[in-house]
Amino acid sequence: MQMTEETIRSLFSRMTGDEKHGWAAASTLHALWVLYERVLNVSPENIDDPDRDRFYLSKGHGPMAYYAMLAAKGFLEPETLDSWRTFGSPLGMHPDRVLAPGVEISAGSLGHGLPLGVGTALGLRAQGRRARVVVLLGDGEFDEGSNHEAIAIAGRLGLDRVTAIVIDNGSASLGWPGGIARRFEGEGWHAATVNGRDHDELYRALTREPDGRPQAVVAEVREITEGSAA
Amino acid sequence: MSTQVTRKPMRSVFVDTTIDSLATDPRLVLLTADISAWFFTAARAEFPDRVINVGIREQAMIGIAGGLALTGHRPVVHTYAPFLVERPFEQLKICLGHQDVGAVLVSVGASYDDPSWGRTHQSPEDVALLDTLPGWTVHVPGHEDEVEPLLRSAMAGDGRVYLRLSERVNSEAVPVSEGFTVLRRGGAGVVIAVGPVLDQVLAGTASIDATVLYASTIRPFDHVGLRAAVAGARPNVAVVEPYLRGTSAHEVAEALGDVPHRLRSYGVWRDREARVYGTAEDHDRLYGVDAAGLAESIGSFFQ
Repeated sequence: MQMTEETIRSLFSRMTGDEKHGWAAASTLHALWVLYERVLNVSPENIDDPDRDRFYLSKGHGPMAYYAMLAAKGFLEPETLDSWRTFGSPLGMHPDRVLAPGVEISAGSLGHGLPLGVGTALGLRAQGRRARVVVLLGDGEFDEGSNHEAIAIAGRLGLDRVTAIVIDNGSASLGWPGGIARRFEGEGWHAATVNGRDHDELYRALTREPDGRPQAVVAEVREITEGSAA
Repeated sequence: MSTQVTRKPMRSVFVDTTIDSLATDPRLVLLTADISAWFFTAARAEFPDRVINVGIREQAMIGIAGGLALTGHRPVVHTYAPFLVERPFEQLKICLGHQDVGAVLVSVGASYDDPSWGRTHQSPEDVALLDTLPGWTVHVPGHEDEVEPLLRSAMAGDGRVYLRLSERVNSEAVPVSEGFTVLRRGGAGVVIAVGPVLDQVLAGTASIDATVLYASTIRPFDHVGLRAAVAGARPNVAVVEPYLRGTSAHEVAEALGDVPHRLRSYGVWRDREARVYGTAEDHDRLYGVDAAGLAESIGSFFQ
C-alpha cells in the first residue's frame, strides 16, 4: 500500500472510541512512518526471520497510529481495523503480540519495552546477529524507574543495536529538567534531539552509523491540544 | 457487575470524600501517579504539602507512602489497580508491611472494568496478592454508597487498607458491615457474593433455595458468619468473587475446618489468560459469572 498522508488518515479513522488517547497516538505517527517506510528491515515476508529488525512499542496506549502503519505495510488487513476493541478482535486499546500480526511485544503498562528491548539485544548478540532493536517510549512513560535501570545496563554493555525513541510531547507531570537526552548521555548512550514531525531529521538520527554505544532519539512533538499522560 | 454506572461513579465518591477529609484531617496525605491527579488540582493548590502527584512512578509512590507513615501521616495512595498492587508489590511488602506502618490504597479499574484496554489494565490478581501479606483489610464495595463509609473508616485508622473501586455496580447498596450480611435464607446451600457481583448472584439464584451472603469487606474474612450460615443449610458453599477465582477458598477451608462441606469458586480464570478484548459483560459470560451462568452452575452444584 502506498504510504501517503491520505492513506494513513484513512486507516487511522477506521478506529474510533479512544479519543482520550488520540493525541498520544498521533504523536507517534511520524516516527512510526519513518521507521516502517525507510529504516526497519521488517515486513510481513520476514516477520519470522530471526535476523529481522525489531520494533517494540513500549508506550502501548493510543496504538491507532501503530495499527494504521501495520495495515499500510500489509501486516493487517485494513478491514481488521474496523473491529478494534471488540470481543474477538486481535486489536485492542493496548497491543497484544499473541493476537495482532506484526506486533512484537504486548504493551500497555508503562516501562516494560526498554528492558524487553535490552534483553532482546542481548539475545541477538549472543546469537551473533546484528538486527536492530528499536523501542518507542513516551516522555511520561520515561518516569518509570525500570527504564532507567535498562538504560544503565545497555550503556554499560555497549548495546549499540538498541535504539530508544522517546516521543517528547511534554506530558511528564514533573518534567525533565535539562532535557531527556542528558539522561541517556550520562549512561554512555549517544543521544540526539530532533523535531518529531520532520521525517528527514528522524531518518538521519535513526540511521546513524553504530559506534559501540546504544542510541537515543528524542523526538519532540510539542503542540499538546488534547490527550493525557503518555 | 450487572449494571453500568449511570449514577455517581465510585471514583467520584473517592475524590469528593478525600478532598473533604483533607480539609479536616491534617494527618491525611494524598499520593497519585498521574491517574486521577487532575481531579485534585484545586486541592493541591490548597494543600500543596499534602496532595502530591509523583508522575508515573508507582514503586516510588508506595515507598514515599511508607516514609510519610513513618512521620505519623496517613497516606491515601491512588492509581489504576495493576499499577497500585502488582507493579509495586515488593514496596507494599517492605515499605509498608515490614516497616509496620499503614496506608489506604484506593484503586480503580478492578478486574476488567473495560476489557478493551487489554490485559495490562486488568487486575484480577490484586486481592490474592495482598492475601499473601499479613495485616491487610480489603474492601470491595459493590455500590457507590458503600464507598464513603468504608473510606472514612479507613482514613481514620492506622492499618493497611485496600479499597477496590469499580465501574461495575449493583442496583442497590447494602449497609456496610464488617461481616457478611444475610440477604436471603435457604436450605440448599450458601452463596457468598463479594462486592459488585451481587446483582447477578441474586438473579442467578432467584429460583434456588439458597442462603445468600454479601460482603463489601472480604478481609478479614467473616468465619463466624459463614459458619452460622452453613449451620442453617446444607454444607454447599459457592463463593462468587469479582476477581481471581478461588481467592477466598482457603478462608472457607479455614472457617469450615471441622465441618464437612463442598465448595465451588467463581471468578476470573486462574489457569489461563483470557486474551480477548470486548466489554465487561462479554467477560462476565466468559468466566461464567453472569446470571445465566451462575444459575446453571450453582443450581447443579446445590442439587
